[in-house]
Amino acid sequence: MTIQVAAPTAPLVELRGISKHFGATAALTDVSMDLRTGEIHGLVGENGAGKSTLVKILAGVYQPDSGTILLDGETTHIHGPAHSRSLGIAVVHQEPRLFPDLTVAENVFIGHAPSGRLGRIDWGATRRAAEALFDELDVQVDVGAPVRGLSMADQQLIEIAKSLSVEARVLILDEPTASLSAHEVERLFAIVRRLRDRGVSVLFVSHRLVEVFDLCDRATVFRDGRHVVTTAISELTTADLVRHMVGRTVSLFPKVETPIGDVLLEVSDLTRVGVFRDVGFSVRAGEIVGFAGLVGAGRTEIARVLFGVDQRDGGEIRLGGTPVNFANPSAAMHAGIAYLPEDRHQEGLVPGFSIAQNVTLPILPRLFPRFLIRSSAERKVAHEHTEQLNVRMTGVDQLVESLSGGNQQKVVLAKWLASGPRVLILDEPTRGIDIGAKVEVHRIISELAASGLGIILISSDLPEVLAMSDRILVLHEGRVTADIPRARATQERVMFAATGSVAGDDHPTAVTEATGDVTGGGLDG
Amino acid sequence: MAESGVTATVGAARTRGQWLSMVARQRELSLVAIMVVLGGLVSIGAPQFLTPSNLSQVASLASIIAIAAVGQALVVITRNIDLSVEAMMGLVAYCVAIVLERHALDAPAAIAFGLGLGLVLGMINGVIVTLLRVPAIVATLGTLSIFRGVDYLIAGSHQVPLAGLPPGFTDAARDSILGIPIFVLVALVVVVIGSVVLRSTRFGRQVYAVGSNPEAAAILGIPSRLIVFTAFSLCGLLSGVAGVLWVMQFGTINGTSATGVVLSVVAAVVVGGVAIFGGSGSLAGAAIGALFLGFIANALILVGLSQFWLQAIYGVVILVAVSADALILRRIARATAERRAR
Repeated sequence: MTIQVAAPTAPLVELRGISKHFGATAALTDVSMDLRTGEIHGLVGENGAGKSTLVKILAGVYQPDSGTILLDGETTHIHGPAHSRSLGIAVVHQEPRLFPDLTVAENVFIGHAPSGRLGRIDWGATRRAAEALFDELDVQVDVGAPVRGLSMADQQLIEIAKSLSVEARVLILDEPTASLSAHEVERLFAIVRRLRDRGVSVLFVSHRLVEVFDLCDRATVFRDGRHVVTTAISELTTADLVRHMVGRTVSLFPKVETPIGDVLLEVSDLTRVGVFRDVGFSVRAGEIVGFAGLVGAGRTEIARVLFGVDQRDGGEIRLGGTPVNFANPSAAMHAGIAYLPEDRHQEGLVPGFSIAQNVTLPILPRLFPRFLIRSSAERKVAHEHTEQLNVRMTGVDQLVESLSGGNQQKVVLAKWLASGPRVLILDEPTRGIDIGAKVEVHRIISELAASGLGIILISSDLPEVLAMSDRILVLHEGRVTADIPRARATQERVMFAATGSVAGDDHPTAVTEATGDVTGGGLDG
Repeated sequence: MAESGVTATVGAARTRGQWLSMVARQRELSLVAIMVVLGGLVSIGAPQFLTPSNLSQVASLASIIAIAAVGQALVVITRNIDLSVEAMMGLVAYCVAIVLERHALDAPAAIAFGLGLGLVLGMINGVIVTLLRVPAIVATLGTLSIFRGVDYLIAGSHQVPLAGLPPGFTDAARDSILGIPIFVLVALVVVVIGSVVLRSTRFGRQVYAVGSNPEAAAILGIPSRLIVFTAFSLCGLLSGVAGVLWVMQFGTINGTSATGVVLSVVAAVVVGGVAIFGGSGSLAGAAIGALFLGFIANALILVGLSQFWLQAIYGVVILVAVSADALILRRIARATAERRAR
């Protein structure tokens, strides 16, 4: 149901029926949208809605499986990043990809510096051209300084200058404001508006709905890799936008109702400077506390502090009533906390090790206090724990990397359960695993809670958090914006809090919940 | 019809992947097989190759390299490298020789002193890498220079002659027990003990974990720096052993002894199938790699190739071994991915 507005200008870029699959996962399905000359077009959606995939297709990083891209009305195949740039498409990423040891001018003109006789680069001309570009942007930057040490905001401006230097017609801003201060955001927006007035088409991808309303002319919403709606921003309210973003229904394993016991973990005013601040919550025995929020909200960072990987700057953590301070993960593990990391390849599993070797890695000292490892005992322990989780394998001697994603995740889970935790932190436990394995992981989580563990479930999968959690803590830019009990949790409420779209305009009850734990979004006001 | 075709392809990919991973895992056996075949071929042109005296001589010299290679392998498995092994060997060799010549220590005490010195030198490397956080390749390049410099300073132009050593000290280089040269037995003991430690102790498991996935090791609270420090220390100790054997092997020792050996040591490790980026490989592989390179060198000399050719062929062997590894790993990865995508 695409709501069309009368077109004041012709589309510069038009996407027709774009689909993209990765293995069995559909990242984009039959997406059609257009980008007009001289407009700022917002692209919003949950994590995993397909925004990044679309950006990468336009940037030439991915080729669509089907569908056509029209540029100026002509069918165009974007062969690769270099081709995309030559077509006048420039992408500014959330984290600028510059060469830190080269100067600002060198970065702006990398690959197309003005050259003099014999193809030598004319550094004088390069400098002057770079200065002219920054003048045009009305920004003060020393173009002779190395990029290393410049703020994220300045680095983004260099990316924008770079796009101007090749006279980009399409400028894609992918989450550009995530690490900018309010003032820097203002400056960026002023520049983006000037570029629009000069006829550049801007695609603005953002999690911050406030900014979308502030900056964009039109907005498109994606959900689950599908196009939901494209409409003029003036015809939208925040509530509409949130409603379009959520609304997924996925059949999941039903949560087992469990009696909630005593408080196991209590966190108050927990702060890590520049990452999250004043975070407070508690986890009881048998309780599943969901951590919802968008990428970069600070959920994983909180988990890393709880597990002793990173250190806090302030606040208190109590485990079973006693204040604790973990200098490292071993200490946290001894105290009864286990953390299943977000990226099971990067942090979870040791490639080259068998299933048994992976499972026993955290408990080797306890299992074999006398240094020597007895293979039979090791395999027995590994067998018990993997059996319990129903890992499909030929045996515990199988190499972990030969397992499917879901079974790998179960091995990581088995590994942490072997350490006998009281509090289990699960960071995106079902990301990238198939639906069958997902249901099974949900069953396991439910059973673990029933056995009296306190569980923190960090997930970007909204229906999953809603279905599994007894309580949902919503984070937005390092702050808790809502603490919603199960009975009152809806996708809209969570999404409102997660996007920092604080109630007050059209949904006065959206975030204000029983606990009154509302601190407001980082960007309201 | 189409479906059965797909299944067949996947099946083929799977067996190919399994076959390749078997070859990759049986690196030690492949090297031995190549040695046997090459040995047969060489002995046709140079009959003296297969004589017991030649074989035991080659094996003794290769055993010294093998012991140093075991230490090096330990360090490489943790994602580091120790370029200073030859300087540690040279310094230990000279110090042992000079205390013997001056009658400062008797033979057993001098050997113990040599091993202790090697251990201390290795600990110095360990401290620089783990506490000062200097990348291993730079740190040990520095200590390579420093240890060798100290060696020159102590030795000056002096050379300890064979006659300066206690009578019978160098006999071990030529003696054998049950027909097996003593040096080979020493190397065997080192490999066996080292392999048991790596395979069946917590320390060994952690060595592989740190090298294979440092992030996961950190999340698990494995004391990575202690592990790396220990690996460097043990590498120093084994270089000390190699240095002492060097004295017995050559008898005449000066400030330049063992120069250039690090190339053979690293080559042995790489040819022996230890991944240069850490996390996998076996000590036995490294030792067999040393033996393999020693035999090739000897065979080439016997068939009449010059020393210069030798260097080039060494290089080719290393490159072939490493690119074969890379190729096999890619194939395995692809076969695994295909199997998983099913």
